[in-house]
Amino acid sequence: MWSPVFFGEATLVSQPVAQEKIKKAPTSVPDRLFSSLSQASAATILLLLSGVAFFLTVVGWSGIFGDIEGMSGSDNFVEYVGPLVFGTVYAATLALLIATPLAFAVALFISHYAPRRLAQTLGYVVDLLAAIPSVVFGIWGITVVAPLLSKNVYPWANDNLSFIPFFSGTASTSGRTMLTAGMVLAMMILPIITAISREVFLQTPRLHEEASLALGATKWEMIRQAVIPYGRSGVISGAMLGLGRALGETMAVAIILSPSDGYFWSILTNQNSNTIASNIALKFPEAYGLDVNRLIATGLVLFLLSFGVNMLARRVANSGFSGAAG
Amino acid sequence: MTATMSPPQSQVSSLTTGKMHRAIPFAICAFSIAVGVVGVYSIGGFKWGWMAIVAAHLYLLLVTIASRVIEDRRQATDRAMRTVMTIAFTTVTIPLISVFWKVIAEGASRFDRKFFTGSMRITPEDMLAQMEGAAVGGALHAMAGTLIITAIAGIISVPLGLLTAIYLVEYGKGKLAGAVTRMVDVMTGIPSIVAGLFAYALFELFLGPGTRSGLSGGVALSLLMTPVVVRSSEEMLRLVPNELREASLALGVAKWRTILKVVLPTAIAGILTGITLAVARVIGETAPLLVTAGVAQDINLNPFSGRMTTLPVFSYYEYVQPGVPPETGIARAWGAALMLVMIVAVLFTAARIMSHVLKPKGLK
Amino acid sequence: MTANSEIDMPAQTAGTTHSEETSVEPVIAVNNLNIYYDKFLAVRDVTMEIASRSITALIGPSGCGKSTFLRSLNRMHEVIPKAHVDGVVQLNGENIYRPDVDPVTVRRRIGMVFQRPNPFPTMSIYENVLAGMRLNANRLSKPEADEIVERSLTGANLWGEVKDRLDNPGSSLSGGQQQRLCIARAIAVEPEVLLMDEPCSALDPISTMAIEALMEQLKDQFTIVIVTHNMQQAARVSQRTAFFNIDGPGQPGHIVEMDLTEKMFSNPQEKATSDYVTGRFG
Repeated sequence: MWSPVFFGEATLVSQPVAQEKIKKAPTSVPDRLFSSLSQASAATILLLLSGVAFFLTVVGWSGIFGDIEGMSGSDNFVEYVGPLVFGTVYAATLALLIATPLAFAVALFISHYAPRRLAQTLGYVVDLLAAIPSVVFGIWGITVVAPLLSKNVYPWANDNLSFIPFFSGTASTSGRTMLTAGMVLAMMILPIITAISREVFLQTPRLHEEASLALGATKWEMIRQAVIPYGRSGVISGAMLGLGRALGETMAVAIILSPSDGYFWSILTNQNSNTIASNIALKFPEAYGLDVNRLIATGLVLFLLSFGVNMLARRVANSGFSGAAG
Repeated sequence: MTATMSPPQSQVSSLTTGKMHRAIPFAICAFSIAVGVVGVYSIGGFKWGWMAIVAAHLYLLLVTIASRVIEDRRQATDRAMRTVMTIAFTTVTIPLISVFWKVIAEGASRFDRKFFTGSMRITPEDMLAQMEGAAVGGALHAMAGTLIITAIAGIISVPLGLLTAIYLVEYGKGKLAGAVTRMVDVMTGIPSIVAGLFAYALFELFLGPGTRSGLSGGVALSLLMTPVVVRSSEEMLRLVPNELREASLALGVAKWRTILKVVLPTAIAGILTGITLAVARVIGETAPLLVTAGVAQDINLNPFSGRMTTLPVFSYYEYVQPGVPPETGIARAWGAALMLVMIVAVLFTAARIMSHVLKPKGLK
Repeated sequence: MTANSEIDMPAQTAGTTHSEETSVEPVIAVNNLNIYYDKFLAVRDVTMEIASRSITALIGPSGCGKSTFLRSLNRMHEVIPKAHVDGVVQLNGENIYRPDVDPVTVRRRIGMVFQRPNPFPTMSIYENVLAGMRLNANRLSKPEADEIVERSLTGANLWGEVKDRLDNPGSSLSGGQQQRLCIARAIAVEPEVLLMDEPCSALDPISTMAIEALMEQLKDQFTIVIVTHNMQQAARVSQRTAFFNIDGPGQPGHIVEMDLTEKMFSNPQEKATSDYVTGRFG
């Protein structure tokens, strides 16, 4: 880190000769002003973030501990938020399971298999995918993906695989299921995981790749010997970031999923546990009174959940660099 | 001490372990496609999705076996993995193309003048005309709302983010800087709806419950935008070589002037790129605006009071509450979606171009 | 200046004056090899032979193409996109550049040690030595694997130093030890030829001495080709030396002269060679 050395303005204040210690050159007012300004900005960031937790807690408090009579439904807070947490984690995990292997393969393809020029374009397109608004994904999901799956996949899966709990129940005809939502979510987090994995794969030291090749490895063997061990922790942390994003994703789920109250394991039916974010989006505009506070409290729970996942991701990214060290 | 090894004496094995003729994979591919098409067709009719799946798996199986027989086991594995990667990549491009295709196809139907010049404040005559199937209503109010709210978010987050980045790179060392860096990391992971709830809670505490305003929406978006600005600005500032700073300081120029006149201009291209990307990120946000700025039918140019619609919120509501007949509402939703995608694509491409063109020579 | 090979090695006789030569045929025979990076000709028209069970040194000023030439011997040159060669390189009589030859099979028989030691950082010392074997052999039983590891590390003069810590990561060794580990990894697969691209240039003098002593032992079992920018090293270790030169920037490199090391350094035929070895340029 570059250490600031203050020289002050060009004309130095002259020092009396008999000084015992050398005074630091006085900093001018504009200098101090600027420095304080930037310091204040940094502090504001800290304030903002603690503010989020603080305000959410303050306003959400009455939603958790307030009079249940004043709210719709008769559950206490834990009963209310339980299925939502379940739905949030369920949808996000599903998305992660679908997206990560695909992202891994696409990142490898772009970094090691595709011709150079094509690879650049592909990287650009994948990054662009990350910027597409979630409402667009939601509308696309419900108009394209849902009917497609409900016509071609759900009946077949329901008929043949219903002994597995995930595929039990009556298949949805509209396609507004957890599986559809999971797949669209997977499309949305794929770019993040791909981008991070691609970066890491591209950074594999040439030296190790050549060491592998010189031993007579085929391309895939080289990737297994040199690239994957090096990039493993990067891929994992990318996946966790994707998970964090999936946990908080609102609009796509709100549009696609047909929600019900309770814990639902089947991914083929119209009865699904909703996610926290989608629930807020659906109920907030018309909510009033203590219901609002309760929704805000669920937001606090979501905040803590994704906070935890992000911390974990940082820890994995920082500790797991066995390939990068040495 | 020498090892008792000797290189193989009779290396009569040829260097050529047999090589698969180049045409073979193509032949297998054609064969697999044929089997896939014919097989699926005879079972269930023309389902090209299943056909593709069957053909892909068959190809993978056959090419691996062929390679195993003609070449050797390791080549077979290599070929198999190459095929898997290619299939995975192709699989991913399909929904990608589908998204763009659908948005363009559906949205183009509403790219008429009324869409760009009118709001959703429609007269009874318009309502009747809509029942007949005319395209009615527009998104002008949403476009105005997007502009205003994004501008507010930018006004808050760009100075805040830039100054924080300057602090982290030029001044900070020690506990504040460490804490701030970690907090910025956390901020990048805040779910967007939580940001909206925060802004709502903030305004509720000061102005009472139920307040909806453009300003509140802007605050929510700034919470999402600031960490992006901080991170990218920080990265760009760090890229500026130290020699430049030291040269300036050695000439007796004050630190703050050094930052403003030397460091910032050098990094400005990258910083602008980062800001553009941050804007692209928040311009499509729906959830935080649902809970803060709400939705309105009219053009509202006052960010301090009253609900204000943005493009993504407009698109959402037109889709889930399309009115009568629903096709018109849905068409409006797609029109807004197309507009959003175009804006994001333009911003994105502009950022890329900027970062290539404006880069000062000598910087990585 | 064309290749002026003093080595006449007809198939039958070992017609050399060096008494250590026992082999009959050259292991590697290069004929009119031109090496290209895309359209750019980097090395032109090399014709030479590498004698078996000996050390051949390639010397020359930087940029003269000696590393490029070395890498073309095990087809590592092609790793760079659009790089290709024109000509013939024969390994024990078989042309490794025939269109139906897979570079992978060539590299299993010609090993390489690089300028900077590159043990795989995520593998232990034990696993590093076996890295090449794992690619080739179907299944190695533990006793087999142990034996190969000990044999290879002993062959690389590293066994004594690491036998108690075989599970430590490969990157935990010093530079010189890492390089010997890389040598062990390369000889574990028992290649016919070992190519070394400035193996000591990243090492300290003590480690360099250790590697040079190792090479002296290895040459009894392997054919070694070493690129070095250190002439004294070439004089110390090699039996034959080839001098590469470049006429000017942007020009292709080429071989000037190749002969017994003693002769190259004391009484070379070409003026450029004697200028180089006496330090007048380079």
